[in-house]
Amino acid sequence: MKDNMSRRRFLRECCWGGALGAVGLAAGFAASKAAGKDFVWQIDPFKCISCGNCATYCVLEESAVKCVHKHAMCGYCKLCTGYYEPEPVALDTAAENQLCPTGAIGRKYVEHPYYKYSIDEKLCNGCAKCVKGCSAFGNGSLFLQVRHDRCLNCNECSIAVACPSVAFVRVGVDKPYLIKGQAH
Amino acid sequence: MIRRLTGFASIAFAVVVFACPALLGAVNVPPPEFEGDYVLPKTEVPGPRENLLEYVDVSVLVLALSLSVYFVYHKRCRKGVFLLMMVSLVYFGFYRKGCICSIGAIGNVSLSLFENGYVIPFLALLFFVLPLVFTLFFGRTFCGCVCPLGALQDLVLLRPMKVARPVESVLRLLAYVYLGAAVWFAATGSAFIICRYDPFIGFFRRSGSINMIVFGACFLLVGVFVGRPYCRFLCPYGVILRQLSRLSKRKVTITPDECVKCRLCEGSCPFGAIETPTAEWPGETYRVNKKLLGVLILLLPVIAAVGVWAGGFVSGSASRVDARVRLADRIFMEDAGTVEGTIDASLAFRASGAKVEDLYSDADAIKAKFKTGGFFFGGFVALVIGLKLILLSIRFKREDYIASRAGCLACGRCYSYCPREHVRLGNVASANGGGDL
Ligand code: SF4
Ligand code: SF4
Ligand code: SF4
Ligand code: SF4
Repeated sequence: MKDNMSRRRFLRECCWGGALGAVGLAAGFAASKAAGKDFVWQIDPFKCISCGNCATYCVLEESAVKCVHKHAMCGYCKLCTGYYEPEPVALDTAAENQLCPTGAIGRKYVEHPYYKYSIDEKLCNGCAKCVKGCSAFGNGSLFLQVRHDRCLNCNECSIAVACPSVAFVRVGVDKPYLIKGQAH
Repeated sequence: MIRRLTGFASIAFAVVVFACPALLGAVNVPPPEFEGDYVLPKTEVPGPRENLLEYVDVSVLVLALSLSVYFVYHKRCRKGVFLLMMVSLVYFGFYRKGCICSIGAIGNVSLSLFENGYVIPFLALLFFVLPLVFTLFFGRTFCGCVCPLGALQDLVLLRPMKVARPVESVLRLLAYVYLGAAVWFAATGSAFIICRYDPFIGFFRRSGSINMIVFGACFLLVGVFVGRPYCRFLCPYGVILRQLSRLSKRKVTITPDECVKCRLCEGSCPFGAIETPTAEWPGETYRVNKKLLGVLILLLPVIAAVGVWAGGFVSGSASRVDARVRLADRIFMEDAGTVEGTIDASLAFRASGAKVEDLYSDADAIKAKFKTGGFFFGGFVALVIGLKLILLSIRFKREDYIASRAGCLACGRCYSYCPREHVRLGNVASANGGGDL
């Protein structure tokens, strides 16, 4: 009986050691290529096709994805195709002429014949309507980015799952944005 | 005016269609050179959460795990366990919004083990490993005190009901299937299904898809009557913890010293984790079971083989979880003319200028991975079922009422049911003189 017990204990110890070894091995293997920094989700603006999923698929009520404006790329067009409906009634800032459903884009005269466009992030819902207009006919200076002050950094981003052009990529927290015309 | 705009648009359209300058990185309209003192506004890039805070997360995890050992073993105090559980729920659940969690980290670890291109953050790795190591030493104190998913379910458990043993055993198989599938899909780089179908994360974030919220609400509703349904019947991490907990150095004991077989604790565990003393089997049952055991052991390779075959069989449809496989199928059907029209994904693919052949060979490689994975998945599930049957036909000898090593979640509820515990606490005198501890 006693012999039996100690044999059992020995077996148990062996299993225990084996389990610890297995956990350690798996962890060690993963650790051999682990990174000390975390990763966050970002949109590659060159892959994005402005499908509109960003506005609806984020787990947040109000999407973490917003439109950003790279001013240095902007043509400051009077007739901004990211700002105006394709067939506006008049070229003023009246709501019926605007493409943006939430009126998040501001238009301001700078000097002849240039107008400055800026995004009010609080209003933007990430629908990408302006992005579509701007990249089709303009310079593509309007594009979507995951705003990291809002993003929860889900382990699996719900928008990434729904993105038809695989535009969502994991980037290091040290360089969390993919801004057009900027080295990454 | 309008005509001018449409004219402008149609010219621009022609430019886009024929030259696609925006796609090539060129610009349609040269940026102006301002004469006035206009300064270009900067594009704001608000940063993510400080990387430093990850160390805080890990420290909180280690602290919580250590405290759990203290409350479960040293203090034997349900109140402490409950309090710790609440703190964890608030921190890992509501403050950290449920990400990262140890359960979901199974996905990250699987992906990093099988996919060379994926770099796992240390945070995810630590969240995966630390509770496992603690479990090897102290049993599932992680489940009882730290896991936010467990805590949320524990909180709503108001009218615990008993689940019949056989039902419990069968339902538990779901968790093994879930674990197998989660590793399978993550290893092929296709999906983190644990994260995608986390029933409670919607509550932690207080937003999410309506389907998942309803799903989670149903779980919580069931959880009012059935103790921790997710933990017992679905949690894939729980499956790993169960097995490690079988080997743990220390284990939860209902009584602080000896079991007096008073049966008072029998119904106290809402998770069906208390094992009662076993009776001697009548000779007839014993003989039947012995024969059954022999047959089952001989049958085990057959069961496993069937599983492997079935896994390979379903791998084809399972591979459609992968977005690239789906895209390749779609493009193939569009080109063959078997479907009408296009979808966003196929449009995006064609606009990207990538070669169809590359897509097809990619998809084939992914499908091949799914097939290999399918063999393992099927074999794993079949083995689990086979071993379960074998275990059912073995009689284990037990003389006391004990907390099952695998099933006990270290919640501490049963402690106060044991009269010996009250002796230990000095609430009552011991029958044999008292205070002899
Ligand atoms: S059109 Fe859509 S993406 Fe662009 S600013 Fe408006 S809400 Fe944001
Ligand atoms: S990671 Fe989560 S919060 Fe961030 S954009 Fe994706 S779904 Fe939204
Ligand atoms: S079984 Fe799973 S969900 Fe439940 S407490 Fe343990 S790890 Fe958490
Ligand atoms: S501590 Fe006791 S009541 Fe709690 S899970 Fe373990 S056996 Fe059940």
